[in-house]
Amino acid sequence: MKDEARIGKPMRRTDFDDKVEGTAVFTADMDLPGMLHAITLRSSAPRAQIARIDLPALPEGYFYVDHRDIPGSNVMPSPILDQPFLAAGRVNYVGEPIMLIVGPDRQVLSDILKDARVHYLEERPVLSIEDAEAATGGFIYADKPYFVSYEYCKGDFERAAEEAAFFIEDEYRTGYQEHAYLETQSMLASFVDGNVTVYGSMQCPYSVKESVQAALRLGPENVRVVQLPTGGGFGGKEDYPSIPAVHAALASMKSGRPVKLVFDRKEDIISTTKRHPCRIRIRSYIGREGTIVARDVDVSTDAGAYAGLSSVVLQRLSFSVCGAYDVENLRVRSRAYATNKCVSGAFRGFGGPQAFFAVEMHTEHIAERLGRDSLALRRSYFLEQGDTSSTGGLLSSPIRLGEIADALEKTSGYSVKRALYSNSAAREKRMEGCPTPLKGIGISMFFHGCGFTGSGEKDTLKAKVKLKKNKDGTVEILASCAEIGQGSQTTLRKIVARALDIPVGMVVHRYPDTGRCPDSGPTVASRSVMIVGRLLMDCALEMKGRWKEEDFEVTRSYTYPEGLCWDNDKFQGNAYPEYSWGGNVVEVEVDPLTFEVKVTGVWGAYDIGEPMDDRIVAGQIDGAVAQGLGYAGMEVLTVEAGRVLQDNLTTYAIPTSVDFPRTVACLIPNPYKEGPFGAKGLGELPLVGVAPAFAAAVGQAIGKRILRLPVTPEYIMRLMEEEAEDGF
Amino acid sequence: MDSKVRFKLNGEHVTMTADPLRRLIDVLRDDLGLTGTKEGCGEGECGACSVLMDGRLANSCLLPLAAVEGKEIVTIEGFRKTKRFELLKECFTEEGAVQCGFCTPGMVLAAEALLSADPHPNERAVRDGISGNLCRCTGYSSIVAAILAASKRGEGLW
Ligand code: FES
Ligand code: FES
Repeated sequence: MKDEARIGKPMRRTDFDDKVEGTAVFTADMDLPGMLHAITLRSSAPRAQIARIDLPALPEGYFYVDHRDIPGSNVMPSPILDQPFLAAGRVNYVGEPIMLIVGPDRQVLSDILKDARVHYLEERPVLSIEDAEAATGGFIYADKPYFVSYEYCKGDFERAAEEAAFFIEDEYRTGYQEHAYLETQSMLASFVDGNVTVYGSMQCPYSVKESVQAALRLGPENVRVVQLPTGGGFGGKEDYPSIPAVHAALASMKSGRPVKLVFDRKEDIISTTKRHPCRIRIRSYIGREGTIVARDVDVSTDAGAYAGLSSVVLQRLSFSVCGAYDVENLRVRSRAYATNKCVSGAFRGFGGPQAFFAVEMHTEHIAERLGRDSLALRRSYFLEQGDTSSTGGLLSSPIRLGEIADALEKTSGYSVKRALYSNSAAREKRMEGCPTPLKGIGISMFFHGCGFTGSGEKDTLKAKVKLKKNKDGTVEILASCAEIGQGSQTTLRKIVARALDIPVGMVVHRYPDTGRCPDSGPTVASRSVMIVGRLLMDCALEMKGRWKEEDFEVTRSYTYPEGLCWDNDKFQGNAYPEYSWGGNVVEVEVDPLTFEVKVTGVWGAYDIGEPMDDRIVAGQIDGAVAQGLGYAGMEVLTVEAGRVLQDNLTTYAIPTSVDFPRTVACLIPNPYKEGPFGAKGLGELPLVGVAPAFAAAVGQAIGKRILRLPVTPEYIMRLMEEEAEDGF
Repeated sequence: MDSKVRFKLNGEHVTMTADPLRRLIDVLRDDLGLTGTKEGCGEGECGACSVLMDGRLANSCLLPLAAVEGKEIVTIEGFRKTKRFELLKECFTEEGAVQCGFCTPGMVLAAEALLSADPHPNERAVRDGISGNLCRCTGYSSIVAAILAASKRGEGLW
C-alpha cells in the first residue's frame, strides 16, 4: 500500500494543543463554586486494631468523614470482596485510609491532620511471602495465607518429568515497581439533590461508577462519572481511583458542597498499588537428547493487604511464564499471598514482566548448561502457527518470532557482539584491575495476550459502543475508553474516519462521561484499539451503508470470535483472543569499580498486527522501554516493617533524560483478521521483555547469572563477591 | 503575617499581599488561576511546576513568594504567546513529544531555558538541559528530538 494511503501515517494528536499550551484542565485545575478540599488520615501501623482516635475540635465549616458515613457498602467491588473504602476498626497496611477531613482551607486541613492521634492495638504483621507461607493462623484473609491458588498442566507432565535425564532449576525474585505517573490520584465530586457527579483522573469510568453506587447506595441513574485529562495511568489508575472517588463523593454528600481530593506524592506512593514482587521457581527437565521435555513452575506473588486485582494478575503471570516456547509438558502452580503491605495490583504488563524475566533468564541458564547459543536454543523452541499455548489453546494466526529475531540481529548485530563480549581472555584481562568497562549484550523474546484474560471479554466486560451521526455530518464516538496519554482519542478517531471514508476532523471523541457513553470496558489490557476499535469500526461500516440518513445512532456489543474456547475452572483453552509478540536486545557496559550499569544500546522488534499511527506507536514503545529499563536496573522500592522506605521521587528514582539512549525499534507486519484494520494490542508489550534483555546483558558483562530484579550496583557487587564457581 | 511582594509576571507588574512564605506554585495556581503550572511532587524533583525566573528555569514548588520580589516570572500562560513557543509547539507535535501532557508545560519551559542559554545544543546538552524535568510517558527521546528540531529550525529566534 502506498504510504500516503496507510492508516498508520501519523497525524497531529487531537489532545495535543491544550496540553502543550497548559490549558488542559486536569482534576487539580478544576474548580467548582463553593468547593471544599479533603485530606486523608492514614494508618501508620501495618496491622492493628484501632483502639481510639483523638481528634481536635473542628473550626466552623470543617467536617470529619469516616466509615460510619457510608450509607451503602464499605467494600470495594473487586473480584474478591475484602477491601474497605475506609477502615472500620482495624487496619492492614501503612497508608490505609481511615478517615477524611474536609474543609475550605488546605493549610488548615494539614494542621488538623497533624493533631489527629490514632491509638493502635498492634498485631504481628505478615511482611513477606515467606512469613505468609510459614503462618499457621492469624491470617489476613479468611482462613488461609493466600488470596488465590492456581494450578494447570499441559501434556503428561508427571511422566515426562520421570523419564527426563536431569533437570535445571532456578529461583528468581523481582521487586516492587511504582507507577510514578506524574499526576497523583485526584478526584472531585459534587453531590446535589441525591445525584453525584465525579470528575477525575482514571482509566476506568465504569469501575468508579460501580464503586460510588455501592458505597453511596445510589442507583445507576444517580451517579455520573466523567474522566478528565489524566496525567498517566500505567495500571495505577485502573482500580485504585475508586477509593478516592468514593471518598470525595462521601465528603460531598456530607458537606453539601463539591469536594476535591488530590493526593500529595508521598501518600500516593505509600497508599496506591504497585507491581507485584514475586518469587518464581522454574525447573526444566532435559531429555537424553538434550531437549527440554517438561517444565515445572511455581509462582508466588506478594499481593499485599487486600486482594485487589491479584487474582487476575496471577492468572496472566501464570499463562505467560512458560515463555514464547513450545514445551510439550508443563505444570504451573501459583499463589498470591496476603501480606500487611500496600496492595499490589495492575501495572503495564500485568504479571508479564515478572514472568518473562524468569523464563528468559532460565533460558539463558539452560543454554549455558547445554553448551548452546541461547538465541539458537530459543529459535528451536519458538511457538509456531498451529501449536498450542501453555493452556492448550490453538494458536491459529501466523507467528513471526523468527522474523522478530532476524530483525533484531540485523539492527543490533546481536550475535557478533555476543560472541565478541564472551571472549573470556579479554574478560580476565579486564578483571585484573584494568578499569575498562565490562561489556555485555542480552536478548529476550516475549508476547502479550491482548484483551482480558480467558473469556473475560465475553463473560465479564461485554463491551458496548455507540456511534452517533449528527445533522451537521459529524460523527461522535461514544465509548468509555479513557485517554491517559496513550493516544486512544486519536487512534479511535482514525479508525472510524477510515471506515467511514470521511476526514478525521469530522469525528468527535470527548473524554468519557458515563452519562452519555455506554460501557466499552476498562482502559486496560491493551484492549482499546483491538477490542473497542473493532466494535467502532463495525459501527462505522454499518453507518456508511446508511449514510444518507440525517441523524442516527449505531451500537455494537462484543461478540466472541469463532473458534475460541476457554474453561475457567481447568484453565484450558484460549487464554487470550490474540497475542502480540516481541523481542528486545539490550547492550550494556558495567563499571568494574562502581558496578554502575550504562545502557549503550536498546533495540526492539514487535508484531502488533498493523500500527494505527506510527508516531503514537513509537511513543508507546519509547515510554514502555524506559519504564522497563527503570524496572530492570534502577527503580528500587523496599518495604521494611511494613513501611515504604522510598516515599518520594528523590528516593524512588525513575529514569531521567540522561539515563538511557534512544530505542531502535521496528515493526513486523502481521495483520490480525479480527482487529480493526489488522491491529492488535500494543501498550503493554514493549515493557514486558526489557528487564530480561538488560539482565542477560549484565550477566554476560560480569560473568554471573542474574537472579533478581532490580539489578542494582549493590546487587552486582554482591554477585561479584560470591564464589567464582557460582558463575558461568 | 502578610506582606507586599512586587514582581513581574508574564510581562505585567503585579503586587501581591500575601504570606511571604506561601509557595509560588500556590500563588500562581490558587490565587491567580494560572493552572498551566502543575504540581507533580512538591519537593523540587519533577519539574512539572517549572517557571522561568529571570529567564532561568525554577521549580515554583520550592520558591517562597518572598523570593520573587523584584524578579521577572514567566509561566506557560505567558510563554505561549511567543514565537519561540509556536515553533517549540510545532516541533513537539511533529516528534510526538506529548502523551499524558502533565509534564509538558514544564518541559516546554525547560526547552526555552535551555535554548536561550545555548541556541545550538547537541543531543547530550539537550538531555542534560531537561534532566530536572521528569516524564513518565515518553521515555524522553521524542522530547529531545523536538528540542533539537526547534534549535535547527529556530535560526535567529534564540
Ligand atoms: S512539583 Fe515542583 S518539582 Fe515537582
Ligand atoms: S507526557 Fe506524561 S509525564 Fe510526560
